[in-house]
Amino acid sequence: MTSFMLSDTTASKISSQLTHLRHQMGSPAVGMVLTLVVVCDESGQYDAVRAATEAAREHPSRILVVIGRDPDEPNRLDAELRIGESTPGEVILLRLYGELTRHADSVVSPLLLTDTPVVAWWPRESPDVPAKDAIGQLALRRIIDARPASDPVKAVAGRARSYVPGDTDLAWTRLTPWRSLLAAAFDQPVGKVKKGVVEAASGNASAPLLAAWLAERLGAPVKVADSEGPGLTGVTLTTAEGTIKITRSDARLATLSRPGQPDRRVALTRRTTAELLAEEMRRLDPDEVYEAAVRRIGRANRSS
Amino acid sequence: MAESKPPTHAEDSVAMASTASAAATTGITEEIVAANPLRDPRDKRLPRVAGPCVLVLFGVTGDLARKKLLPAIYDLANRGLLPPGFSLVGFARREWRDQDFAQLTHDAIKQHARTPYREEVWKQLSEGIFFCPGEFTDDGAFDALAMMLKEIDETRGTGGNYGFYLSVPPKFFPVVVQQLKRTDLAHGPEASWRRVVIEKPFGHDLKSAQELNAITSAVFPESSVFRIDHYLGKETVQNIMALRFANNLFEPIWNRGYVDHVQITMAEDIGIGGRAGYYDGIGAARDVIQNHLLQLLALVAMEDPTSFGADSLRREKEKVLKAVQLPGDLARSTARGRYAAGWQGGQPVVGYTEEEGIPDNSITETYAAIKVEIANRRWAGVPFYLRTGKRLGRRVTEVAVVFQKAPHLPFSKDDTEILGHNALVIRVQPDEGITVRFGSKVPGTAMEVRDVSMDFAYGESFMESSPEAYERLLLDVLIGDPPLFPHQREVELSWKILDPIEEFWASQGPPEDYPAGTWGPASADEMMARDGRVWRRL
Repeated sequence: MTSFMLSDTTASKISSQLTHLRHQMGSPAVGMVLTLVVVCDESGQYDAVRAATEAAREHPSRILVVIGRDPDEPNRLDAELRIGESTPGEVILLRLYGELTRHADSVVSPLLLTDTPVVAWWPRESPDVPAKDAIGQLALRRIIDARPASDPVKAVAGRARSYVPGDTDLAWTRLTPWRSLLAAAFDQPVGKVKKGVVEAASGNASAPLLAAWLAERLGAPVKVADSEGPGLTGVTLTTAEGTIKITRSDARLATLSRPGQPDRRVALTRRTTAELLAEEMRRLDPDEVYEAAVRRIGRANRSS
Repeated sequence: MAESKPPTHAEDSVAMASTASAAATTGITEEIVAANPLRDPRDKRLPRVAGPCVLVLFGVTGDLARKKLLPAIYDLANRGLLPPGFSLVGFARREWRDQDFAQLTHDAIKQHARTPYREEVWKQLSEGIFFCPGEFTDDGAFDALAMMLKEIDETRGTGGNYGFYLSVPPKFFPVVVQQLKRTDLAHGPEASWRRVVIEKPFGHDLKSAQELNAITSAVFPESSVFRIDHYLGKETVQNIMALRFANNLFEPIWNRGYVDHVQITMAEDIGIGGRAGYYDGIGAARDVIQNHLLQLLALVAMEDPTSFGADSLRREKEKVLKAVQLPGDLARSTARGRYAAGWQGGQPVVGYTEEEGIPDNSITETYAAIKVEIANRRWAGVPFYLRTGKRLGRRVTEVAVVFQKAPHLPFSKDDTEILGHNALVIRVQPDEGITVRFGSKVPGTAMEVRDVSMDFAYGESFMESSPEAYERLLLDVLIGDPPLFPHQREVELSWKILDPIEEFWASQGPPEDYPAGTWGPASADEMMARDGRVWRRL
């Protein structure tokens, strides 16, 4: 691994240093497929970089980590370049001081890879309207995460107002194995669903999204109920022929039961942030299914 | 919509490209959407998952089962692609119980699976592992199998959907297939499916291939027969179609106007290992050219299919295989060899005739090179050179499209002395990717032009480790998606190409020796030299 520190620098100096390092390593070709901009603070930086570099193994990326430092300091940009860190691609940590903290886009923009997609990710706090954020405007895909918010359920509900195609939420990504299992259960004919319940630990951000998706697709009311957790613990759908139920109490192995058939166990493990991120970067087009779920939550909130 | 950013150009094209590929890969049709409200073609996060089913594996103790099939089943389960209730039944001549087979599966997974071992995935899988002991000729054993499957349907909800994987030598096909017919396992009730999977070799010439097909087709309809050519499950091979038909950069020059010739190579560094019994009398051409290399040729040379559905794709492949023509003089346009003792990668190795189980008077080749032409408007006059061999310098499979030289070079002869042909190389294994070779100026004051290579490493660019070919193909069998499996017509057409060559070789005595660790016999180089060409140095 080559690590390189640049103090009180500029985007163009970083750029030429990158080219220089690449030539020195004898691999001047750029095989990276996208730029990932991570917006976080110093305390969240380590975990975010770790997840991003791991995801970069599937999607070799230039990872730009934007870290806002003290806005009262004089203006300054410090950069840390990491190349060849057991992963294809490059990691650049950008530390912004003073007024520059409000103009991060001026640093990020010249460092984006030419003519390849840009993905922005806010691992913790995210702007109210990601698409209007200065960094968000540079990105084709904007990934937020409702889970760390102080009120995750409210955060998910708020997304209906700010949604712009290209937005996505890791709280939604976490649901893919659940949704896949539910869809597989419906591959065999199931009667019309009358109502449903999604059970999850109190304040789980994914539960309302799952309920909204089910309600939207099945045309039946689906409620969210609190349980002991951890995370999502069950989905119950009542049909004319009986009940389809998925329960998971240990966050690893789930049980699927349906009328007239024996119970079956299915692995349903929670995934790491790196896996979630890798899934997000696999398809970069707007997620209309997520949009439909979010808008449904928005409508429900307005009418209540 | 409250507010929406006008889509940028990039966004637009990304969206379009992925919609098209989603339709092709997820296979979600309107019928599925109508039947299952939770499926939506726009929902690209949801993977294709097989429906409830049982896979019956004949020949569970073989190398292929332990090293590839069982690990691939686990990897599929680990990626959440197997349905709840999926069950695996092993059938073999062993006094085993379910847990013995489960133990074998467990060990195979631990040793060979691509994805990390996870206890909960194993738990899910192991609940559905069963074993049925017996001989293929034993009616009682197959009656027991039929009973067992019926019971699994009831306890695991697999709905009468069975796949039968014949991982056994072809000589056992007739008896197994007949047993499946006798026990009525070959035909399920309405709305369930029965499929049979067979592995190469699909015969050893046209006649035997037809006989083999007569056996399976008497019991299973062609649409239920899945012939596995694991090369077609490889990401890079599928990428040949993406490269050719999703881009506008290559197709205009993909013809006789620009292409000088095409070289398709599959080189192995290993010898025949313990396969003497199978290999002797078969040889390199039947083992590799008939299936893998001719399939690669078909994909590289075919016209664009109207869709990526099985019918359209197979139709184009058949068309181009039909157009393949052998040169008149087979002595001058084919070469064959046999490895002699030598040094391979720093180790002394024995020659083919010294391998255990090979008779001294064997005339089987371990190296084969042939030249064919394709008689159609696109390829007339462009030779396709196919070569394969064992104990060559290293392991590499690639397709190299070599372009003609520039029609006029406005440089002095000295400046371009070492400039070769432009080439586009599709590297199939081990380092999957694409290489483009072109001339570039050497830095300095003189105008000296030399070949340089530009690399795209497919494996690294998109996946940490791309799914094993068997994962993809097994999933396709369970879903019932046939485009990646050769049709019987393709198998027969390939034998029609190879049979005259084999006949000619059979009359020529033992093949020419080449030292192990080199790139084949001198006659192969002479064959190229006659056309004024050379093999790529790999």
